[in-house]
Amino acid sequence: MSKIKLSEKTIGIIQQVCSDFRNEGSELINVLHQVQGKLGYLPAEVQEVIAKELNISVAKVYGVVTFYSFFTMIPMGEHPISICMGTACYVRGSEQVLAEFKRQLSIEVGQSTADNKFSLNCLRCVGACGLAPVVMVGEKVYGRVSPQQVKNIIAEYKEGGASEAKTA
Amino acid sequence: MEMINLTIDHKPVVVRKGTTVLKAASSIGIDIPSLCYMKLDDMNIENKPGGCRVCVVEIKGRRNLAPACCTEAAEGMEVNTHSIRVVNARRTVVELILSDHPADCLICAKSGNCELQNMATHLGIRQIHYQGEQSMYREDTSPAIIREINKCIMCRRCETMCNEVQTVGVLSAVNRGFQAVVAPAFEMNLDHSVCTYCGQCVAVCPTGALTEVDETGAVIRALSDPTKTVVVQTAPAVRAALGEEFGMPAGTLVTGKMVAALRRLGFDYVFDTDFAADLTILEEGTELLNRLSAFMEGDKNVKLPILTSCCPAWVKFFEHSFPELKDIPSTARSPQQMFGSIAKTYFADKIGVKRENLVVVSIMPCLAKKYESSRPEFSVNGNPDVDFALSTRELAHLINLGNIEFKTLPNEEFDKPLGESTGAAVIFGTTGGVIEAAVRTAYEIFTGKPLPRVDFEELRGMDGLRKATIDFNGTPINIGIAHGLGNARKLLEDIQAGNSEFHAIEIMSCPGGCIGGGGQPYHHGDAEILKKRQRAIYSEDKNKTLRKSHENPYITKLYEEFLGAPMSEKAHHLLHTKYFDRS
Repeated sequence: MSKIKLSEKTIGIIQQVCSDFRNEGSELINVLHQVQGKLGYLPAEVQEVIAKELNISVAKVYGVVTFYSFFTMIPMGEHPISICMGTACYVRGSEQVLAEFKRQLSIEVGQSTADNKFSLNCLRCVGACGLAPVVMVGEKVYGRVSPQQVKNIIAEYKEGGASEAKTA
Repeated sequence: MEMINLTIDHKPVVVRKGTTVLKAASSIGIDIPSLCYMKLDDMNIENKPGGCRVCVVEIKGRRNLAPACCTEAAEGMEVNTHSIRVVNARRTVVELILSDHPADCLICAKSGNCELQNMATHLGIRQIHYQGEQSMYREDTSPAIIREINKCIMCRRCETMCNEVQTVGVLSAVNRGFQAVVAPAFEMNLDHSVCTYCGQCVAVCPTGALTEVDETGAVIRALSDPTKTVVVQTAPAVRAALGEEFGMPAGTLVTGKMVAALRRLGFDYVFDTDFAADLTILEEGTELLNRLSAFMEGDKNVKLPILTSCCPAWVKFFEHSFPELKDIPSTARSPQQMFGSIAKTYFADKIGVKRENLVVVSIMPCLAKKYESSRPEFSVNGNPDVDFALSTRELAHLINLGNIEFKTLPNEEFDKPLGESTGAAVIFGTTGGVIEAAVRTAYEIFTGKPLPRVDFEELRGMDGLRKATIDFNGTPINIGIAHGLGNARKLLEDIQAGNSEFHAIEIMSCPGGCIGGGGQPYHHGDAEILKKRQRAIYSEDKNKTLRKSHENPYITKLYEEFLGAPMSEKAHHLLHTKYFDRS
């Protein structure tokens, strides 16, 4: 088991989230969700603290983290980009949108740009199929995205001009 | 008690409410095949994920087939267990499992003992109609257990043992869909995890996904090396189970045949771990009495309860999970390690063989013993006290390789001096046995009087947690017993909280104790087998002339000639150990 190398502050954040959920093992998914929201990702050391706080095995925590594609163990960029690959989005061309994001950012799915500004991921359905294909940047949702729009979406964040977009 | 009437394959059956269709069927002799399901009666161990779908049955009025293992019998239910629809579905399920399973049965360690192989035979699968991707996962080798995850069928039995029964929490299903595997956290190897090597995952694995590290080849090489003197020691639980590997009924004692087989295999001296178990009692019993007397004289520094330390999986468990309690267990080494230590000093000197030319092999019901023998503190200048620790199953394999017809072997006796033992040592093989053996000796030393009775029925049984108070001639001694690490954890948490009422606690990692060890012949979910082995152990004890460890004349001689007294400096050096914080 790796020795915990997290800062006191980070450990404090995790402990606070766990205690908000009464340190109950059954709240694992909620805890992971919140901690990822605060820290951006769930590296091994973070999972170890969560396991200890909730009194469950690290293997179990890791099992849940690897089961849900929402959770990530690699740091996301400042602006995490998610492209929906659900059925509706897929048939309306999300694959081409994804290809354009990859081309523009020169990264693959699951990677971050060198300046850590953007990361790219796929997800399955955000419940906005009427707007297919859907892209999320941080928590902002873009609907009916065409490959031509990709460049502009990226530009919004590059210039820091998207102050309304909250980063995760 | 509400009763339920139903029919299964047109046969009426009445069962208690809450009974599953699987159990209801088996009560009238209908054996619905199942793969992931496992239940060990009396031990509260059940694995019921309903995942494999091999046990599906057709229920009149239901659109879909239902898994019998997790469908409750209902009033008026009409179940068909072998309609054409059921048989086709069952065969499809097994074919699909096989389509992502390596087809190397001929050379698989589990061949002949594999529940998936048996299932394919049972259903007469001759062709796999499906072709698809094959799982490609790396192999993981540790000091005791090998994980070949490509052979895993996701039955989750190992997870049940590791998490619910042992509460060790190493194994969990990770990843998703086709990539899903059972693995330690972050998919590390077992030797980087908190695995105790108890081997209960191996004991219940239906396929060859989890097996022991096979050391038979190394033992054969040692036996054929003319420069080596090879001695063997056999743990008490082995003699109560080895016969099963040769088709003998569970519970058959094969002590004499086992000795004969080992002699025919070419071991120079056939000794008994039971000798070292008697030695353990002298050391551990003395330690208990020292601590007890100090405690009664009001010494505030003395730590009670004393915990037994024979079980290497248990030792590793507390080193990982309760390091702050590491001063509480007895410092006595396990019988396996005491034997190795004495064999490579006292005995090697006696026969004039240098340490490096003496090879000590042990036959153990246990996989953690492989790990224990590899612990660096149990070696001298890189030469281990115990060179190889084989499981009961590996011994059976060795006997087969030696072309020995086991069943017809005569009964032979262990060699002297390290082969002599008492009944107290034999019962080390079952839950409750170590502490009963300790009580037999500690009572007589403490009170200076002979025991009024040798059998302590109150310490025996199969309940996971037991307690009893033994009257040491006016002084009540409270004893706790746990088997299964989940039960041990409860007692340890009481100690941590300062709520323990016990003076001494015996802990064994495996359900049933060593008789249910991870290296024993596979029980395939039949808990009756463990009970039969336990009865065999107690009957061997009863038939012994000497039944108290301190009456073993060769132990007395060992102290006179070599060690001095229990807990002497020499005994400390050779027979005791220390524990490490592995948290």
